Amino acid sequence: MSEKMTVIVFSDDLDRALAAFNLANTGASMGMEVTMFFTFWGLGVIKKERVARGDKSFMQWAMGLMKRGSARRLKMSQMNMLGFGTSTMKSMMKTYRMPSLQEGIALAKEQGVKFMACTTSMALMGLTRDDFIDEVDDVAGAATYLGIASEGKVNLFI
Amino acid sequence: MDADKTIDCVGLYCPMPIVKTAQAMKELEPGQVLEVLADDAGIKSDMPAWCEKTGNECVSIDEEGDEIKVYVRKTG
Repeated sequence: MSEKMTVIVFSDDLDRALAAFNLANTGASMGMEVTMFFTFWGLGVIKKERVARGDKSFMQWAMGLMKRGSARRLKMSQMNMLGFGTSTMKSMMKTYRMPSLQEGIALAKEQGVKFMACTTSMALMGLTRDDFIDEVDDVAGAATYLGIASEGKVNLFI
Repeated sequence: MDADKTIDCVGLYCPMPIVKTAQAMKELEPGQVLEVLADDAGIKSDMPAWCEKTGNECVSIDEEGDEIKVYVRKTG
């Protein structure tokens, strides 16, 4: 049986998400069975570009407006400079032929990395399965994550 | 060294040479050799680590100026 690796994606910072996908993709390339568990702000990484109004409270709706999420919109944790820093970094990454976050997501899927969304964070933010990109395999809770992580040789929190 | 397949990873950085190696090795038969052309120094320690983990053989790592040629034999 192949070794397991898990990555908790807690943050929706672009730089952290890039690191998470780089490691998940490397793990998958090394023959590991990789699961990424998206929780709290990390849900922003797997949000669709357009999220339906849905059955959200006023606060959830307002929070969704301030933090719209989706891979394309994420900002760096440092040197964002109203978006200038982030777009400069993106174009530098292109120059050095480093995969964008969207390419990292596609590659992870191609390599069989499993994506899971945390149900508690979804409830808190008023999000449903339909608000996430199709690549998400499942929604689950902490016990599911820990069940997998307890068999994992590499378990990361990013 | 004669290779059965060559992949050009020059200009690519970690983890892409490893990801591409893993993809290319799927198309090889056991015993065949993959040649990886790269220029990211990380590959010099990454490829042996990848081989160790996946049970393949890192035959040699040759440096010629900036270019690094890595030969990997598929064993599994």
